[in-house]
Amino acid sequence: MTTGLILFFQSGRPLGAGVRLGLGLRMNRTKGDEEEYWNSSKFKAFTFDDEDDELSQLKESKRAVNSLRDFVDDDDDDDLERVSWSGEPVGSISWSIRETAGNSGSTHEGREQLKSRNSFSSYAQLPKPTSTYSLSSFFRGRTRPGSFQSLSDALSDTPAKSYAPELGRPKGEYRDYSNDWSPSDTVRRLRKGKVCSLERFRSLQDKLQLLEEAVSMHDGNVITAVLIFLKRTLSKEILFRELEVRQVALRHLIHFLKEIGDQKLLLDLFRFLDRTEELALSHYREHLNIQDPDKRKEFLKTCVGLPFSAEDSAHIQDHYTLLERQIIIEANDRHLESAGQTEIFRKHPRKASILNMPLVTTLFYSCFYHYTEAEGTFSSPVNLKKTFKIPDKQYVLTALAARAKLRAWNDVDALFTTKNWLGYTKKRAPIGFHRVVEILHKNNAPVQILQEYVNLVEDVDTKLNLATKFKCHDVVIDTYRDLKDRQQLLAYRSKVDKGSAEEEKIDALLSSSQIRWKN
Amino acid sequence: MAFPHRPDAPELPDFSMLKRLARDQLIYLLEQLPGKKDLFIEADLMSPLDRIANVSILKQHEVDKLYKVENKPALSSNEQLCFLVRPRIKNMRYIASLVNADKLAGRTRKYKVIFSPQKFYACEMVLEEEGIYGDVSCDEWAFSLLPLDVDLLSMELPEFFRDYFLEGDQRWINTVAQALHLLSTLYGPFPNCYGIGRCAKMAYELWRNLEEEEDGETKGRRPEIGHIFLLDRGISVSDVDFVTALCSQVVYEGLVDDTFRIKCGSVDFGPEVTSSDKSLKVLLNAEDKVFNEIRNEHFSNVFGFLSQKARNLQAQYDRRRGMDIKQMKNFVSQELKGLKQEHRLLSLHIGACESIMKKKTKQDFQELIKTEHALLEGFNIRESTSYIEEHIDRQVSPIESLRLMCLLSITENGLIPKDYRSLKTQYLQSYGPEHLLTFSNLRRAGLLTEQAPGDTLTAVESKVSKLVTDKAAGKITDAFSSLAKRSNFRAISKKLNLIPRVDGEYDLKVPRDMAYVFGGAYVPLSCRIIEQVLERRSWQGLDEVVRLLNCSDFAFTDMTKEDKASSESLRLILVVFLGGCTFSEISALRFLGREKGYRFIFLTTAVTNSARLMEAMSEVKA
Repeated sequence: MTTGLILFFQSGRPLGAGVRLGLGLRMNRTKGDEEEYWNSSKFKAFTFDDEDDELSQLKESKRAVNSLRDFVDDDDDDDLERVSWSGEPVGSISWSIRETAGNSGSTHEGREQLKSRNSFSSYAQLPKPTSTYSLSSFFRGRTRPGSFQSLSDALSDTPAKSYAPELGRPKGEYRDYSNDWSPSDTVRRLRKGKVCSLERFRSLQDKLQLLEEAVSMHDGNVITAVLIFLKRTLSKEILFRELEVRQVALRHLIHFLKEIGDQKLLLDLFRFLDRTEELALSHYREHLNIQDPDKRKEFLKTCVGLPFSAEDSAHIQDHYTLLERQIIIEANDRHLESAGQTEIFRKHPRKASILNMPLVTTLFYSCFYHYTEAEGTFSSPVNLKKTFKIPDKQYVLTALAARAKLRAWNDVDALFTTKNWLGYTKKRAPIGFHRVVEILHKNNAPVQILQEYVNLVEDVDTKLNLATKFKCHDVVIDTYRDLKDRQQLLAYRSKVDKGSAEEEKIDALLSSSQIRWKN
Repeated sequence: MAFPHRPDAPELPDFSMLKRLARDQLIYLLEQLPGKKDLFIEADLMSPLDRIANVSILKQHEVDKLYKVENKPALSSNEQLCFLVRPRIKNMRYIASLVNADKLAGRTRKYKVIFSPQKFYACEMVLEEEGIYGDVSCDEWAFSLLPLDVDLLSMELPEFFRDYFLEGDQRWINTVAQALHLLSTLYGPFPNCYGIGRCAKMAYELWRNLEEEEDGETKGRRPEIGHIFLLDRGISVSDVDFVTALCSQVVYEGLVDDTFRIKCGSVDFGPEVTSSDKSLKVLLNAEDKVFNEIRNEHFSNVFGFLSQKARNLQAQYDRRRGMDIKQMKNFVSQELKGLKQEHRLLSLHIGACESIMKKKTKQDFQELIKTEHALLEGFNIRESTSYIEEHIDRQVSPIESLRLMCLLSITENGLIPKDYRSLKTQYLQSYGPEHLLTFSNLRRAGLLTEQAPGDTLTAVESKVSKLVTDKAAGKITDAFSSLAKRSNFRAISKKLNLIPRVDGEYDLKVPRDMAYVFGGAYVPLSCRIIEQVLERRSWQGLDEVVRLLNCSDFAFTDMTKEDKASSESLRLILVVFLGGCTFSEISALRFLGREKGYRFIFLTTAVTNSARLMEAMSEVKA
């Protein structure tokens, strides 16, 4: 059995600190453990704070429900809609599309298959009236042809018939080429989706009036329609000049240009508006469409001189440098890996290329594969740290995670060891030892290693919490001894395995006459 | 547990008619292309379509094969192709590539594009540019209201949020107005209208225009729904109400959404929930009796409820012991089915709870919630900032880190420049430099900003004002006042008492106010405003709040005479969220409804949560 953390849902605000929802959670068991747990009761005594443990209620419920399974499972299916392997109800549209996709190679066969799977006979037996899983209870009993309730039926008991005729005439069929519509009429017709010629608005004044009408009506689709017309019939200088003082319309044009991908006009517009930062960002955005790493790198080079804010300029420069490094590292490591001579690559084959990964991921990679390299190489962690001015904290965090993953405990140890001028060694962690412990635990560090770092946690409460959480029994026991807390030690005795060394140790302490217990 | 409605609570109108309407319209459109045809469906439309139709209905109308619209050449050999799509440029390019490939191959087919919910002129422009205008026929399927539940209508337009709140594109406002028009045709008129927010006001005006043009339809009818309330996701230009959507959800339905993502009213429960080897797609709505009782509960109450339920179930099954043959026969024929159904639902939700617990433990949910609450109350800002920093350094989910930064920014009215720079640098180092674009988006939307000294702004403002005409000047000044916002969140939160003072413990089992949806820490701003306005039946006395929200020009009421409205209809309220609403808000208003004898109906452009908001702003798609 593994850990059991305390679960509590406390609903009050402790000490006015404003934490109203305390959601401390019970650690979960591994899957195998769990099965065992649910199916037997021998672990029942093991939950140590059953009374306040809400999850134990849940577990009890699950046990109850599971015990019924044998009784109810035999023909459970008739209650359920049939569901395909992917979880889509058979006969649903999403399911069917996947079927088509899967079958599209052999058309004829595919169609036959599809047909038989969706034939009425097989379909009709699917949804059962009582199932809340059915695609839609709405269609019950109406899957046969001709039995749909028509729209007029549906509406006959409501006073809303007037909506129905609208169905009869799709909007595309409206055509009206009258040339006499005023700007406001024109805009209204556009809103209804009617085809409406704008060609008669030839003077700038007419065009602008049309635009103002569109804007005052609030329909973005119409604003864009008018802008498409203006873009076609006005020189860009005039168009830009007029839009500069019409912010709503301007935003629509910018969005429109982004959507249709008219990058050139968009950049011209930003240039005209003197929005240099948006100009630069807009140009930079294009790199996302370039897949080839070398081309992408070259493109990023062209971004370096663009008028970003001072802060962003540095980020862009870093982006360029990072990709440049990654290309070198990638080429080198791919070679090393395929040559098969390097132990680390043989033991831990790379799962993905390092290209286009974030800096921290790159650092992790380099701490994993190139930890011992000298500062002079591009792939060494120290070089990365210097080039990108990675803060100490970030560096230690990442190196720790990488070395712990490799279970290189000596490296972990070295990471926190400092020597003072007298030559004494001392352990220091810029991220706090409680974090170190958590990261080590995540990487399945053995208890002896964990214990060492738990002991370095300064705050006693935090230390006890972590030690309990990660079952560092010695630390817990020693701490209670140092606190002279007999009661807690007694209580802890029930949590260690019977007949274990820990139990003996506790018993020895409890019967010791050397300690002056405080309780 | 699972508070019942008050006995005098009004009945909800039957919205299933909307489904019939949409289905019949689709059938009509399919029949416009007589004969066998293959149907290409946009991925985003598949789930909504599944909720109103199924394969056999499509087959009856001579749809032969179904394809997903994706960037691949079509293998269809059919003579007629029909495309069911959202009005998006990339769809037009896809269709154009198919049609032009056919043309090159000397092949003639019939093509039909059905835009849902409407077509855009920009799409037609692309068809024209690609030289296929006229080769394809276009239609609109005005399917814009999908009833996801008895009290929840969704437009299923998540892009509304980015289009309007980031890009300032108003193209969906008419769609909203059309949807409101349809509702008032079927269930209207609405005697009392309230609204707040720039977008809400525009939608309202456009809707009123529509009603005037086609007037007479709703005149003289008795209203079914007494009140309609329109509000923007970011209520004001200062967007303080993003706070609500940015918080972690702790009511069951919200938590399920945050953890598993409820999509179009259903959720995919994986093997870890179903405790079998298959995933299960489950509809989550009032029809699921177990879910219906726990959906609005704070998560801590759910366990107790489920175990009680399990015990009852056990007892009911146990009754079969000692039954004689006749009793057993009765039991099997009458009760067993119901019990089995309940058993199945119960084990699913227990599985979901377990899985949620597992995930939340892993991510140290308690620390997270603690930080969120500290941000809401505005203390320990330094501690919260370093918590966020550590999140970033450890490469914990990019979306989560971004969300916390936004929460810090909105509650603190921008980050102090030093923090902004260092968090941004670390973020780019941890999650990729291209997120520079995401930061630019967030700044434009006002979600993540840097505190700026006021005087620089005024200088820019006066410089720009000189350039603009009188008419536009007002709008520009609005835009600037949004940039120049002061610490509005704290002021509003104080004014509306959004952070309830609690002596002792906040009892989540018997909540006293809407704050329970955030563990007693915060009353959603949107819900508080609705509560206050409904109490007053106007904005009177809320001037200060409206001013703080920068919404002086965008708060409105419109009341007609109420003589025809029954007292029952006056307790039915339709709340329209423009830009999305969260399940927490829905739960909070359901609670308010139970307290006051109202019932709320929700209409949202899409159901949202913090992750969806952040993804909409993110430039790098995961």
